Amino acid sequence: MNTSGLRRTGDAEWTIEREGRMRVPGVIYGDETLIREMDEKVREQVSNVACLPGIVKASFAMPDAHWGYGFPIGGVAAFDPEDGGVVSAGGVGFDISCGVRTLNTGIQWGDIQHKASTLADTLFNTVPAGVGRTGAIRLNDSQMDDMLSGGAEWAVEQGYGYPEDLARIECGGRADGAYPGAVSSRAKERQREEMGTLGSGNHYLEIQVVDEVFDEEVAEGFGLRRGECVVSIHCGSRGLGHQIGTDYLKEMLKAAEKYGIPLAERELACAPILSPEGRAYISAMKCGINCALANRQIITSLARNAFLKVLKKGELTLLYDVSHNTCREESHSVDGVERKLFVHRKGATNALGPGHPDVAASLRKFGQPVLIGGTMGTASYILAGTRESLETAFGSSCHGAGRNMSRNQARKQWRGEEVMKELCDYGITVKSRSYRGLAEEAPKAYKDVNRVVESASRAGLSRKVARLLPVLCIKG
Amino acid sequence: MIKARLAELSADIYGGKLELREEREVWSHFEHGADIGIRGEGPSAAEAFAEAAMALTAVVTEPGSVTASNKVQINCSASSMELLLVEWLSALVYEMAVRKMVFGRYEVCLSGLSLSASMWGEALSSGKHQPVVEVKGVTYTALGVGEDDNGIWTAQCVVDV
Repeated sequence: MNTSGLRRTGDAEWTIEREGRMRVPGVIYGDETLIREMDEKVREQVSNVACLPGIVKASFAMPDAHWGYGFPIGGVAAFDPEDGGVVSAGGVGFDISCGVRTLNTGIQWGDIQHKASTLADTLFNTVPAGVGRTGAIRLNDSQMDDMLSGGAEWAVEQGYGYPEDLARIECGGRADGAYPGAVSSRAKERQREEMGTLGSGNHYLEIQVVDEVFDEEVAEGFGLRRGECVVSIHCGSRGLGHQIGTDYLKEMLKAAEKYGIPLAERELACAPILSPEGRAYISAMKCGINCALANRQIITSLARNAFLKVLKKGELTLLYDVSHNTCREESHSVDGVERKLFVHRKGATNALGPGHPDVAASLRKFGQPVLIGGTMGTASYILAGTRESLETAFGSSCHGAGRNMSRNQARKQWRGEEVMKELCDYGITVKSRSYRGLAEEAPKAYKDVNRVVESASRAGLSRKVARLLPVLCIKG
Repeated sequence: MIKARLAELSADIYGGKLELREEREVWSHFEHGADIGIRGEGPSAAEAFAEAAMALTAVVTEPGSVTASNKVQINCSASSMELLLVEWLSALVYEMAVRKMVFGRYEVCLSGLSLSASMWGEALSSGKHQPVVEVKGVTYTALGVGEDDNGIWTAQCVVDV
C-alpha cells in the first residue's frame, strides 16, 4: 500500500481522512513495513466500510489486515442501530465465529516429547480434520435446534467437557438471542454430520510450547510457564455458518436495495439492524456463534480423550476461547456518551482490558486473553487486552498472521512434501491428508506474525504475554 | 500427452494465465489475497458456467482424479446473470458438502435467467482425491459474466476457502 494517501497518527497508526461519501475516517494499524506490504485493496475496503449508514467513530483495520470481501479481513466497524446503523453478513464472513481456544496442559514438553509421534497419530485419528471428514455425532432436528440455542453449554450437557469450561468462553459459552427458526434447513443439513470437526484451510489443532514469557505476572495468571505445552484449536461454525453466510448475503443484497443503501461493492450487502432482515440475520448469526462454540467444545473433549489415552492424563484446562468473525451488541462510551453498538469484527479479536466485567472473573484483573494464531511453522501469541484498547478500536486486536501471498502463488512456489520435511527438520510434526493443502498453507505465505503482534502492542490494542512455538500440528 | 500439449499451447498463448485449456472451453484460477478466484470460459454462457464449476472442483481436487459416475441435477434461477452464477456455484458447494461428493463433469442449460444442470461425480475419497480445501461459500468479489468481441463468454468470481 502506498502511504502517500495516509496520515501517520501514531507510532503504529495511520489515518485515511474522510472524503467523498465516507461518514467517518479510516484507521489502519501497523508499522510502516506492514502498511507498505498491505494490499491497496485494504485501503479501498476500509474507506468503503466508512460509507455505510450508522457507522461510529471510524472504520478500522488491524495490523494483520488483508484483502477481504466487502470488509477487509482484519476489519472492525461499529454501528448504532438508533442512527440507521446496519449489520452486514459480509462483515462477519462465511465462517461465523471462527476462533481460537487454548488449553493449558501443565505438562513440560520435554517430559512427553518422546511420545510426540504417538500423540500426533492419536490426535489425528481422534479429531476429524480435512475436507469431507465427519464427526461421530448425528443431530436430529430437535437436537440441532437445542445445539443452536445452547452453544458450548449444550455440548457440556451432552457430556463434552466440564461446566467450569464455560466461564472461560466469551459470552459464557452461549450467545443469547439465537433463534434456530432464522436458520435455513439447508444450513442445518450441512451441519448434521459436522459437529466436532476441524474443517480445512487454515484450521488446525496444535500442541505449542511456551517459548518466551513477556509478562511474568499475567502469564502466571494465565497458567503459562516456559517449556510447558498448550493445545490450541482454530476452527469455526463449519457448514452451518457457511450456509448462513450464503443465505443472508443474498437476502441482504435485496435488503440494501429495499432500504436504499448504496453499496460500493456487492459484498458490503447489509440491512438496518432494526429491520426484519437485520434482526433475522442477527438471530441466525448467533446460532452460528453457538455452533462454533459447541464445535470447539466437542473438539476439546476429543483432545482430552487423546491425551488421556496416550499420557494417562487429560486434565487440559481451558485458558480461553475467542471468536474472530462476529458481530456483537456492546456498550461503548463514544465522546463521553454511553451507546449500544453492534461491533463487526471480521478477522479481529475482542481484547478487553483489566477489570472489564465481561472478562471471566478469575482472569479479570489481568485483562482478557487474546489468542493469536500463527502458522504451522511460526509462533503463535497469547496477548492480553489493555485498558486503552476500548478507546482505540472498540476493544479489538489482531487475530493472526494474515496471508501475504495467494494460495495460487503458494502452490506454485512450494511442494507440500518439501514443506512437511522442512517443518520436520525444525522439529515440528505435521499431520495432514493433503500435500497440496500444506503447500497452500506454507508458513512463508503469511505475514510475519511477530511484526503483527509488535504493531498491535505498539498501537495499544493489546499487550504481549507469551510466545508459543508449534511442535505438533494436526492440519485441517 | 494431449493434455500436456494443450497446456503448453495455453502457456504460449495466455502467458501461463490459464492452467488448462481443452478445445474452446477452459477454466482457470486467478489471484485473490486470501482465497481463490475461479473463472470459466466458453463459446456460450452455459459453457462458461460449466467451466467455472470445473474451476471450483479444481480448488478442491485435481479434476482428472474424479470418476464421473453418479449424476446429480441442479435447478436454480436469479434476477441477473451474475447472481445466477453465484446461485449455481452455491448450489454446487451445497451438494458437494451434504453428499460428500466431488464432480468431474458438468452440463449446463440456460433459459433466460433459469439454469438447469447435470453434474457427474463420485463419493469423496481422501486417498483417491487428496482433497485440498473445502469451499465455504461463493462471494460477489470479482464477480462477472460477459461476452467479449470474439463471442467468448467468461464467468468468474472469488470463492472463500
